Formats: sequence, C-alpha cells, structure tokens
Amino acid sequence: MGDRPLIYGGLCLFVALVTFPVWKGVAAQSSTKGPEVKAVVDKKQCVAPRAYMREAHMELLVAWRDGKVRRQERHYTARDGTVYNVSLTGTCLTQCHGSKEKFCDSCHEYAGVSAPNCWGCHTSPPAEPAKMAAAAAGEMR
Amino acid sequence: MAALVAVPLLASAAGVGKGILLVGIPYAAFAIFLGGLCWRVVGWARSPVPFRIPTTCGQQTSLPWIKSAPLDNPSTGLGAVGRMALEVLLFRSLFRNNRAEIYDQRYVFGDSKWLWLGALAFHWSLLVILLRHLRLFVQPVPAFVLFMGKVDSFFQIGAPALYLSNVVVLCALAYLLLRRLWDLRLRYISQFSDYFALLLLLGTALTGVLMRYGTRVDVVAVKRLAIGLATFQPVVPDGVGIVFLIHLLMVSALAAYFPFSKLVHMGGVFLSPTRNLANNSRMKRHVNPWNYPVKTHTYAEWEEEFRDKLLMAEIPLDEAKHD
Amino acid sequence: MTDNRHKIEQVPPRSDWRDPAVEFRKGTYCHSAGAKYVEALGLPNPRDWNPADADWKLPSDWKEIILNGMAERLERFRSFKLFMDVCVRCGACADKCHYYLGSNDPKNMPMVRAELIRSVYRRYFTPAGRVFGSLAGGRELTEEVIKEWFYYFYQCSECRRCSVFCPFGIDTAEITMIGRELLNLLGCNINWITKPAADCFRVGNHLGIQPHAFKDSLEFAADELEEVTGIRVDIPIGKKGAEVLFVMPSADFFATPHYYTLLGYMSLFHEIGLDFTYSAYASEGGNFGLFTSHEMMKRLNAKIYDEARRLGVKWILGGECGHMWRVLHQYMETMNGPADFLEAPVSPVTGTRFENARSTSMVHICEFTADLLYHDKITLDPKRNDKWSVTYHDSCNPARGMGLLEEPRYVLKRACNNFHEMPENTIREQTFCCGSGSGLGTDENLEMRLRGGFPRANAVRHVREKHGVNLLSCICAIDKATMPTLLEYWVPGVEVAGVHELLGNALVMTGEKERTTNLRGEPLQAAVPETSPAEVVHG
Repeated sequence: MGDRPLIYGGLCLFVALVTFPVWKGVAAQSSTKGPEVKAVVDKKQCVAPRAYMREAHMELLVAWRDGKVRRQERHYTARDGTVYNVSLTGTCLTQCHGSKEKFCDSCHEYAGVSAPNCWGCHTSPPAEPAKMAAAAAGEMR
Repeated sequence: MAALVAVPLLASAAGVGKGILLVGIPYAAFAIFLGGLCWRVVGWARSPVPFRIPTTCGQQTSLPWIKSAPLDNPSTGLGAVGRMALEVLLFRSLFRNNRAEIYDQRYVFGDSKWLWLGALAFHWSLLVILLRHLRLFVQPVPAFVLFMGKVDSFFQIGAPALYLSNVVVLCALAYLLLRRLWDLRLRYISQFSDYFALLLLLGTALTGVLMRYGTRVDVVAVKRLAIGLATFQPVVPDGVGIVFLIHLLMVSALAAYFPFSKLVHMGGVFLSPTRNLANNSRMKRHVNPWNYPVKTHTYAEWEEEFRDKLLMAEIPLDEAKHD
Repeated sequence: MTDNRHKIEQVPPRSDWRDPAVEFRKGTYCHSAGAKYVEALGLPNPRDWNPADADWKLPSDWKEIILNGMAERLERFRSFKLFMDVCVRCGACADKCHYYLGSNDPKNMPMVRAELIRSVYRRYFTPAGRVFGSLAGGRELTEEVIKEWFYYFYQCSECRRCSVFCPFGIDTAEITMIGRELLNLLGCNINWITKPAADCFRVGNHLGIQPHAFKDSLEFAADELEEVTGIRVDIPIGKKGAEVLFVMPSADFFATPHYYTLLGYMSLFHEIGLDFTYSAYASEGGNFGLFTSHEMMKRLNAKIYDEARRLGVKWILGGECGHMWRVLHQYMETMNGPADFLEAPVSPVTGTRFENARSTSMVHICEFTADLLYHDKITLDPKRNDKWSVTYHDSCNPARGMGLLEEPRYVLKRACNNFHEMPENTIREQTFCCGSGSGLGTDENLEMRLRGGFPRANAVRHVREKHGVNLLSCICAIDKATMPTLLEYWVPGVEVAGVHELLGNALVMTGEKERTTNLRGEPLQAAVPETSPAEVVHG
C-alpha cells in the first residue's frame, strides 16, 4: 500500500528512460533528412555502384589496403573496366570526395559510427578544388 | 487500360504495405510494450503486501555483538535497497546456485555457476546492445553511446569492428537454449513460451549481427527511419533491405509479446516481497490494509469451558469472573 | 545398507507435467481431516472422505469456489500475484527441494509445484492463457487438478529453501500456503493439521492437553528436574503481574525429547530468578493455522497477545519452535497487534534492551540466553555434555524466516565441548528441512517423510562419519518429534536434542547437588568410546 508511490515513481522513471529518444528528438527538433553529402567533383560513377558503396565501402577499403600493403596490388579495375589507382587519399578523396571532414564524417558522425582507424595512417587533403585538380593530374601521371 | 490503373495502385499498395511494416507495426508494438508493462506493474502494485515476509539469507540484526548480514538479511530500508541492487545488477541469488548430484546413495553439492554466468552475460550484453542502439534514435549521438561503442569494439577486429557484446549475447543465448534442450530436467519444465522467447531473442540478435557483418545495411537510411519513428514524423526510406525488415519485425514481436509473457520478470523482480523488504518485523509493526477481525476462542469463553478443571488444578481464574 | 525400496535415485523426468493424474500411494500422503474437526473450526464442507477414493464429495460449485478464491487472493497478496507471473523456469530451484531430492518425483521441483496452480492462473486470469490456452501454458481446472494440488501442496513443507536460490525470490511456501487455503475452501484438509488446529483453538494447544493436565505435566517435569539437580523449581501458571510470559510449543511439555528442553528452560529460569509465568490458555506457541490459512493462523495466534494483556506482563519470551517463530516474527504483530500494551523487552538480568524485538515485545529464548552468556551471568560446565558430539540443524523457519543463525550456535559452543558443523550447503540459510514440517509429520506419510528428510540425514551422516557426531541439536518442535525416526532410519546412532537441553545439562545451578546424570537421567560420561568411522559406514 504505502509503497505505491515508490512503484509508480519507478515506473515513470522507466518510461522516461525508455522514451528518451522521443523527448530528446522532439526537444532537439531532430530532422529526418539525414546528412547531405556530395562529391566535390561532379562525377557520375564511383569505383563501385553507389548503393554498394553506401553500405559496404569499408569492405572495399579494407580489401584495397590488404591488397596494396600485402600483395603490392596498386591498381583496381572497376566493373566497367576503368582502372583506379589504389589510394584513399590520392584517389578517393583528392579526386572526388574532398576531405574526411566534408565527406566521411558527415555520415559517420550522423550514424555514430566510431571513427575507423583509416586516419591513423592516411591524411585527409585540404578540400580545395583547384589544388585538387592539379593533384589529380599529378596523380594520373 | 487495366494495367494503367493497376500499376499505380499496386505501387501505392506497396507503399502502404511498407509503411505498415516499417512504421505501423513498430508503433503498435512499442505502444503495447509500454502500455502492457505499465498495466502489469500497476496490477501488481494494486495488490498489497499484507505481511512482511523477506526470505532471510543471513544472520539477523539482533544483539549488538553478533555480526549481522546487512545485505543478505537487511534490517533497514537502505539495506533492502542494497540487497535489491545486488539482486538486480549481479543476480545474487542465482550466484548461490549449486548442483545436487548423488554418488553412492549420498548427495554431493557442487558449485554450479554456469547458469549465473550465462544469465548475467545475456542480460548485461542485451543492455549494452540496447543502449548502443541509441545511436540510431538520437541525433546528435550522445557521448556515452559513442563511448560505449568504442569500448565494446575495443579489439578492432574487422570493419565494421566486432562488438564484443554481440559475441557474448549470441553465446549466452545459445547456452540458455541448449541447456533447456540438453538438461532433461529443464526440458521437462520448459514450455512453448520459454522456447518462443529465446528464439525471438536469438532471431533478433542473429539478424542484427547478419546486418552488421554480413549482408550490410544502409545505416543512414535506418537512422532516418528510427529518428522519424522517435519524433513522430515517420519516413519510409528506400533501401533498408529484407534482413533489416525481419530484424525490425522480430523486435516488434518481442516488444508486443513482452507484457503478456514471463519476460515481465524485468519489472517483477523489483517488487518481490521476499527480497525488497527489510527484515524488521519485530522492530516496527507492518500494517496489513485488509486485516479483518476473526473469530477467536476468547479467554472468557475458555475459562468458562474449563472452569472446573482450572479450579481443580488451582490455576488462578480471572478476578473479574471469580465467584 | 539401506533398504532398496527407499533407494534414492536421480532419474531424469520423462512424463508431461500437464497431466494431473496422481496415484495416492500409501506412505506418501496424509489422511483427510475428520469431519468433526473441520466443523469445530467452522471450515467449509465437513465430511468423511478419503484421498484415495474416486469421489471426493466436493461441493457442486467447487470450480467457482476455487476461481473466486484465487481472484480474491490475487487481490490480497502481491506475493501470490507476482509469483504467478514472473517465473522464467530457469531451473535454479529444481534440485533445492528436499522432497524432489528424496522422491525424484518431478512435480516436487518447486517451479513445477508452483506451475500446478500457475497453469490454472494463466488459463483463467491472463489474456494470453484465455486466448491461447495450453500454448500459453494454461491448464483446465478439473477435479483431477484438485487432487493433484492436494497431493503436492501437502508434499511441500513450506521450508523456503527454494526461495533462497530463486533469482526473483519466488517463495513456494507462499504458493503452497495459498494452495492449501484454496483446498480448505473445498474441505480438502488433512487430519494431522486440522485436528491440532481444532484442539489448539478450543483447548489452547495442539495436543488438546487440558489445563489441569498441563499443570500436571509441568509439575511432573519439576519432579524430574529435582531428581537430577536436587532443586525444586516453581511452576507459575497464569500469574498476573509477572514480568514475562513464557510461551512454548506444547510438545515441550508432552513429548520426548522435547521434554528435556523444557527441563533446560526450567533450570535456566530458576537460576536467573526470572519473574515469569506459563499460561494454560496460551499453552501453545506453535500454530497449525499457518498450515491451514492466514485467517486460521490469526485465530490461533490471537491468544498470545490476549493472554499477555490479561496477565499484564511486560514482554513475552518464546521457546524453541520453528514455525511458531515464523508466525511470531513475520505475522503476529501485523495480525494481532499493535502490542502497545507491552514494553520493549529488557533482560532483567543483564539489562540488555532487545532492540530487534522492541515492537512485538517477543524475544526468542536463544537470543535471551545468548545475551546471558555473553554477559557471563550464568556459569556453564560444558564437560557435562562430553558424551555428546554435537551438530546443529538450522530449523527452516528461524533460518529463512528470521535469520536466527548465530544465537543458538553461541549457546551450543559455550555449552558443549564437541561441536561440528554439517557441510555448508546444508546449514544456515541453505539448511535442509527435516522432511516433516508444515503439518506433514504424520505416520501414514512416513515414506515421504523419510524421503524428504534424506538430504538432511545425508549431511548428518557426513559429520557422523567424519567427526563421530552422535547428537543433532535443533530449535524446532517438529524436528524433535520427527527427526529421531528419520535419523534412526538413515543414520542410526544419532540422537536429537534441543539447544536448551544441552544448556540445562551444562548449567551450574546455585545449591544444586552433584550431578550424576544429564537431564535425560542418563549417566554423565566424560567420553564415550565412539564407533570408528569405518564401522559407521556400514551402519
């Protein structure tokens, strides 16, 4: 009898905790839009189809790393026959995606994907289109 | 002509279907979960605890020079809170478990901590997994959730990094299921609902693991769906995939099943009168709200009935009645 | 070796627990209550019937009675409601029940015992069970189920051992108590409980000992004590204005070996000059109402406070009894209090205020004596107990319904030179029942008692072989009544005694003659040549 306030209080606390995303989301006016990401250079085609890249880019990057570091595989042939230089900084970021901060982080931070250890070794280039184009040209050679 | 009408109709029907699966069912399930659980807890709370009946598992508080067991046999409210904390957080009672085995016409009681370990591993990893899921429901992601994810993927195995809690929860669930099948005593007592709950949990965990390490899922799309659900502005994003759908439906089934099944032990454990009361019934009167008068054999009636024998034995009669 | 009929085995269960069929096998169930006792207590459906008969002569609306009774109790007892809902069948309790360990009957596993009633609860009181029936673990309520309840709820001694191990604290004693209450609504009670309850209600004690015979017993005990000690003790009965009312289980003044414990109390009270009184009206501390229903418990318990009020005592001292103390500690003041006409108990000898009993004003004799010993107010000569190698059996109720663990040990260790504990999984809060508690200690139930007592006897055998233990001490009247039989069967050569019998043996009384015998009238032997462990194995 006398313990009812305690029980109901506990129950309210539980409900409040379980609905944390609701009131937190409403208070923060969270939008359902999701992050806006765009490649800096206007290219239609990534090294693999967009849907695949969105879900499984980490697999490809790990495969690239292992191939390059362990088996000296410096080139990657896409399904459409295009040959890419295997390089996160040089190819992915410099040629298309700009910088870690502008591209990778937008989704990673949004989804709370703890930063992968890519950046222990790689650096992110400054995302300036002019320099990038030059760098890209240099890279092509 | 018919095709011209049918195609958009089918398309919109598919849209509606998707809406029901991704939005309608989760909403309904969560509402049933919360409503049902509250209904159960309120139902328990409405029945009073007429007597103070803690199961005492250690020395009582009596004489000041006798060391009492303040957590296994608390005599204060604070002690009872401590006892409950041990019970809920560390499964104290299950830790006492032993196994009786008969050898040559005598029982031997061996330690048996596997059930305790399995249960603890399952419940804690489930809690960690649930909290980690907050990264999909809250924007920006709270720091403690990120921290938890980091600790959980400490060993950085593979990409995405393997969560230890995922391994633990699968092992623990497998153990809990296998012991039901393996141990004949447990198989005897297990009911459909025991297997059903375990299989739902196992299915949910497996589809989750499959999504993360196998078939992959567009996490951004999932998060948009989750935020939409949480903030009552549901969106139905493309590309979440069939495994995600199964995962979501299993979670929904689990949530809706929860209040009507043994899973309500989550709330019930807090209310157990043999655990959450202080053993102080001789120090402080416990009141029973429905205590009603009963027919007793009063002293006066008794004296009247045995008057001759009392007189014969020279046992003093009540003065008021003395003649 | 033991007789094969009672060979204890562990065979995995095969059948389906949902089948309620029960075979009422002689030796494993108790006789039904005689109509006159049922009537005397005003309980429903008095009649002559036999559990082994096909027709139990239930009232025509029995099903309604049970379902209404359940509904009422679900509203009254959170314990019942909660325990119906939260079991996950983890199995931790399975091998904790002495009846299961001894009988290997799978329905004696605590969660299955609870499931017998829980399945009915699900079928009639939960949405899932109403809709999905057996798929949701529901069972139809049939007459067979009532018979099954009767068999298994009178095969649980409400010892609470399972509840120690349950992660949710589910207490089968609660479930059994409610189960028996429901059975009582149909008049399905057992004679060994209902007769003592009826006697206790009318006469004042379970044995139906009338006031003059009560006085005779005490006088006779005083004679015996005088023979042993040379000291004549007073027998105050119904003495108004005494400081303390002393209440004990009636077996203490009518059965052996309880009787020697009474001699112990008497010597102690005399030696410290306690101003106390016995009562012929409240001549029973035990309470077979606990084994009948909460209402009956209250009806039988009421006389203790009533008598204390009438006699104008300051506080109440309680003797050695297990279930009596469950009632006194956890139920009495709630039911029949407040005890505002009494004072917080203070020992007149040591001045110790018993803070732990300040509200109910009821002190356990072991608490009282331990306090005396701690303050060195009495002198003991433990050599007088040297013929005994003693172990201590924690009685279920003081252990798991109270936590009275150290006080009796303190007394024993001061009163005896040879004290040995049984293995740790069998003592204190994990103690095993004697197998005869909660009103099941009747002779027609002997096989079940011996089976249920096997785990306890087994632990006694261990200390018998290891340390040559020849005496099991305890603080429970049912233990004292039933364990001699149990031990004679499983561990011959071990006797049973109350803690205060050993205290009485050792107590050096002012002006006593030189003791040549113990309270049993047996010669005091400094040491008895023990049978070697090797011989005992085959004993």
